[in-house]
Amino acid sequence: MIVIDHVSKRYGSQLAVDDLSFEVNPGVVTGFLGPNGAGKSTTMRMIIGLDRPTSGRITVNGRRYENLSAPLHEVGALLEAKAVHPGRSARDHLLAVAATTGIPRRRVDETLDLVGLTSVAGRRAGAFSLGMSQRLGIAGALLGDPEIVILDEPVNGLDPEGILWIRGLLAELAAQRRTVFVSSHLITEISSVAEHLVIIGRGKLIAQLPVAQLAAGAAGRSVVLRSSQPGLLADSIRGAGVEIRTGADPEQLEVTGLDARAIGQRAADAGIVLFELTPKTVSLEQAFMDLTRDAVDFPAHLQPAVLTPTDTDQDDRSAA
Amino acid sequence: MSIVDETGSAPQTTRSPQSNRSAQSTRSAQPTPATTAMHPAAPGASAERLDASGLKVTLGRVIESEWIKVRTVRSWVVMILAAAAVVIAMGALAAAVASGAVSTPAAPGAAGSGGRNPFGATDPTAISLAGVNLAQLIVGVLGVLIVSNEYANGSIRNWFGAVPRRLPVFWGKVIVLAGSLAVVMVLATLAAFLVGQAILGDAKSTPLAADGVLRAVLGSGLYLAGIGVFGIALGSLLRNTAGAIAVVVASLLIIPNLIGLVLPDDWSDKVTPYLPSTAGQAFTSVNPADTLLGSAAGAMVFAAWLVVLVAAAAVLLRRRDA
Repeated sequence: MIVIDHVSKRYGSQLAVDDLSFEVNPGVVTGFLGPNGAGKSTTMRMIIGLDRPTSGRITVNGRRYENLSAPLHEVGALLEAKAVHPGRSARDHLLAVAATTGIPRRRVDETLDLVGLTSVAGRRAGAFSLGMSQRLGIAGALLGDPEIVILDEPVNGLDPEGILWIRGLLAELAAQRRTVFVSSHLITEISSVAEHLVIIGRGKLIAQLPVAQLAAGAAGRSVVLRSSQPGLLADSIRGAGVEIRTGADPEQLEVTGLDARAIGQRAADAGIVLFELTPKTVSLEQAFMDLTRDAVDFPAHLQPAVLTPTDTDQDDRSAA
Repeated sequence: MSIVDETGSAPQTTRSPQSNRSAQSTRSAQPTPATTAMHPAAPGASAERLDASGLKVTLGRVIESEWIKVRTVRSWVVMILAAAAVVIAMGALAAAVASGAVSTPAAPGAAGSGGRNPFGATDPTAISLAGVNLAQLIVGVLGVLIVSNEYANGSIRNWFGAVPRRLPVFWGKVIVLAGSLAVVMVLATLAAFLVGQAILGDAKSTPLAADGVLRAVLGSGLYLAGIGVFGIALGSLLRNTAGAIAVVVASLLIIPNLIGLVLPDDWSDKVTPYLPSTAGQAFTSVNPADTLLGSAAGAMVFAAWLVVLVAAAAVLLRRRDA
């Protein structure tokens, strides 16, 4: 497991991560979600000891990353897919990674097979598409058979078949009781692979919740009805807590406060023919944005002096 | 939690082998999820656990990794071979040009004999080593690239992630490049000397056994290996390819010439012998010019430059965010 304990990271005047605390537990795929520049990559870099927290403490399996004697066996990380010398073949790259800790050659071949790159293992990594680079990065992360797998934006650049593959792979890793921590800035992407979410914005923790809970909050807020007798229909469902709106289309009503089942029953009781009875869902994106808007704005008003790292700053840093 | 906290037989672990085994059997007993059918490669994820006890990071293993990294980038191998080819070919060319105009080895103290300019040098050893001046730029740039490209493409984070203490990665680069350059460049300077003397002919050549000749030939090869390390240290300090290459070229070619123009003569006479390239000339020449240090002192000054730069790079490597 990964424990982030009151961690802050300051770059000059910018607070990239602000008193962040959460745990990532084994056995589930945990998604790490937040807009670009929220501090996801910084946090991941700090987990594997590349950047030092300005304050706070991070442990992996109870120890600081720096003190792990077999780091690749405990933590496998993919931070940047393209972070490979473009002139080196995929196999040679993995062989060099494996050599640092004595991982046998057959494990390299096994891992290439696992990510589906065996047929292109001898090709220069610079000629790889983003999707193939992601697979190579994932191979590097899995090479040491790690307890903890950390992947930064692994779905980025994958085709639908690749997303399906990575979903299966991550679920399997979690089923093997490994700790799987995967970041994304897109709720739709991450909700297709993760079960649990850690959501951050402006370096602060916004929420920790199961994906199912976010989805449930997003579903079934209103019902759209269509009938040739909208007036009678409205009368039949009117009641305490029920709100009825009419749209531009005179046959259409939008109802909140009553579910589709109850509406259908009342319409039938009143003998009204319904042409449409559609529970309207708010998208996950909308639910996510509602959540982040509320949670981000409040602390920002309290501490107007806190600067927000912009996307460009983050990109500059990772390119430097 | 105990299953996840499995650290194998790492020394810090106090758990008994018994619980370790049970953790492994728990894992291998996991059913393969149905999702594996999605991709033919997916079942490999449940392959048997690697044995953690053998997976410690050691300096020897990191050196092996760095060796793989150097020899698997074709352009780097080409640069090493190109530097060797330049040493041999330019030495042969200079010998051919000089074969009509060179003085006998009996009078090596003439003005300019300390330099390697094929048209100014009268010493047969210096003539045959004329290519070292150009080769030093190639190996210096190679040293820079081996480090700076990993900062440019971000892969340094892979390597520091794999080797959390970081320094073994740096020592690995220094040892691998210095070692391979020492072998290749000593062979190249020896070959350049032998080819050059053959071209100069019996009357104008000098034997390897003559005073100071073997030192100059071997010293030139080792000087080139040292310049490779110089490049690594600068690449690691500056983390930027263009900047570090500019510093390498400036400190090897531009500053030694500029310093005489900018500083008063009595100052520049005192400073110039202590620059890396001029200190190098002191032990790569058969008879160092009067303006240079003695060969032993030159070697020590050159080594001191490398030690200081490498130490500075090592300290910053530990301190800075990657």
